[in-house]
Amino acid sequence: MIRPVPVLLAALALAIPLSLLAGQVWLNPLAPHTANALTILAELRAPRTALALVIGAGLGGAGAAMQGYLRNPLADPGLFGVAPSAAFGAVLALALGLGTLLPLAALAGAAAAMAALGLIAGNAGSSNSTSLFALAGLMLASLSGALTSLVISLAPNPFAMSEIVTWLMGSLEARAWHDVLLAAPPTALGLVLLLRAGPALDALTLGEETARSLGVEPARLLWCMVLGTGLVVGAGVAAAGIIGFIGLVVPHLLRPFTDQRPSSLILPSALGGALLLLVADCLCRLLPLAGGELRIGIALSLLGAPFFLALLLRLRSELA
Amino acid sequence: MILAAQNLTVPGRLSGISITLRPGELTAICGPNGAGKTTLLRALAGLEPGPVRLGETPLAQLPPRRRAQDIGYLPQHAHPAWNLTAEALVRLGRLPHRTSRAEDDAAALAALTALGAAHLAPRGVHTLSGGERARVALARVLAGNPRWILADEPLASLDLAHAAALLAHFRALADQGTGAKTGVVLVVHSLAHAMNHADRVIVLHKGRLAADAPPAVALSEDVIEHVWGVRAAWTGPAGARALSL
Repeated sequence: MIRPVPVLLAALALAIPLSLLAGQVWLNPLAPHTANALTILAELRAPRTALALVIGAGLGGAGAAMQGYLRNPLADPGLFGVAPSAAFGAVLALALGLGTLLPLAALAGAAAAMAALGLIAGNAGSSNSTSLFALAGLMLASLSGALTSLVISLAPNPFAMSEIVTWLMGSLEARAWHDVLLAAPPTALGLVLLLRAGPALDALTLGEETARSLGVEPARLLWCMVLGTGLVVGAGVAAAGIIGFIGLVVPHLLRPFTDQRPSSLILPSALGGALLLLVADCLCRLLPLAGGELRIGIALSLLGAPFFLALLLRLRSELA
Repeated sequence: MILAAQNLTVPGRLSGISITLRPGELTAICGPNGAGKTTLLRALAGLEPGPVRLGETPLAQLPPRRRAQDIGYLPQHAHPAWNLTAEALVRLGRLPHRTSRAEDDAAALAALTALGAAHLAPRGVHTLSGGERARVALARVLAGNPRWILADEPLASLDLAHAAALLAHFRALADQGTGAKTGVVLVVHSLAHAMNHADRVIVLHKGRLAADAPPAVALSEDVIEHVWGVRAAWTGPAGARALSL
């Protein structure tokens, strides 16, 4: 069997230099005569590359953990309330003209969603916390979506509305080191929490009751998942807006190359997520498009939605 | 170390059950549908709140991982969400022990070998037949070396030969060793299996204890008529008795 981690590390070793050099202005390391090459590299490409790696790793890892937790290959960390709530926080900050507080507002939105999820599903006793988690998450996502639309419709002027809508599309364009510093610590902490939940997620493969008989504490696992995915997704939305589908697509692509235990999928999915976001961001930069570059959130949705539908169709034929 | 319930009541399902189970015994729990067999087994496994103790310690006071080291629980249906290899699935039984990967691998292989299923180790569990899956599921419990094995209808989906082989394994587990013995508790539907293989039979009826005795007493024709509502007669020699209606 192909071992995914070394292959993904090798691919990242190729993709990172590509991301540093590629863009509307190509940097040629062999002919360093490009004007402002060092500035472009240090102030634009390097933070953008680092941010793509951080957010991609977080979303990929969180997707693998979330699919393990819900025992469902169609689960995506963005589907369960945290990302829409973080986006609502950010949109509110933009509408109120508090753009500088946007990352904090997004993190606050994510934290509120995490607390609500934990309290709703965690107080349900020890059985069926995963189903409650999914249902509560979907309701939170729906509520946050409605509130976001309300804020957009009440936007004070067309410029604010345009700013909000553009931000919602998700992008890594013009990000700086302070964005990386904002996103990296919560993402790293979230991934550590999710990796620690790995053995319990493995046990959950056999159902919640059997997992309990193996010593898994459902309430503890739930909080681990809520905090882990909340930190990762909240940090991602705060730094780059909504970037979907990485958490869905990457674990699904990599699962056949693991022994299928959720714990063995988290690290490869983190690496795969970093790779996918980095490569997709490079392509967005290079794609000629009138009026600027293609937003990465749109690009991934264009890629991810058909993938999701294909996955559904395949699962349907497997169940038939 | 005994496993005992004292006046165990689960609203709507069990009422005032007091039993004391001993290691080295194979106990069968029997009763009509809805009698509370699974609820009793889950309570004994610590999955249902109630006054159950392991030795002198109430289960509720045992840390979950400690409880899981001592009590292995095999539910009736456990369709794995992912197509793990049989070996990876069996290794999950080692989770409460937090031992090294090498120890876990050795224990998993030993458990699969004991059930004659070592050749299934690299197979995906979704590709296994019902009988193979039942053996792998039991191997998962055995890999944890629990002092108590609690299994909910482990023979339900098995043909005659597989059921007989699995019963022989349960029997051997209860009998094995001279030191700390394993206690085996099975929910079984077949009264003949309980009669021929158990040391002791617990009969439940509408959530209450109808009998708790050696099989010949607990499954007497009178008890069967009272609990199941059918008149039946045991035929054949001891150890190979059959129930004729």
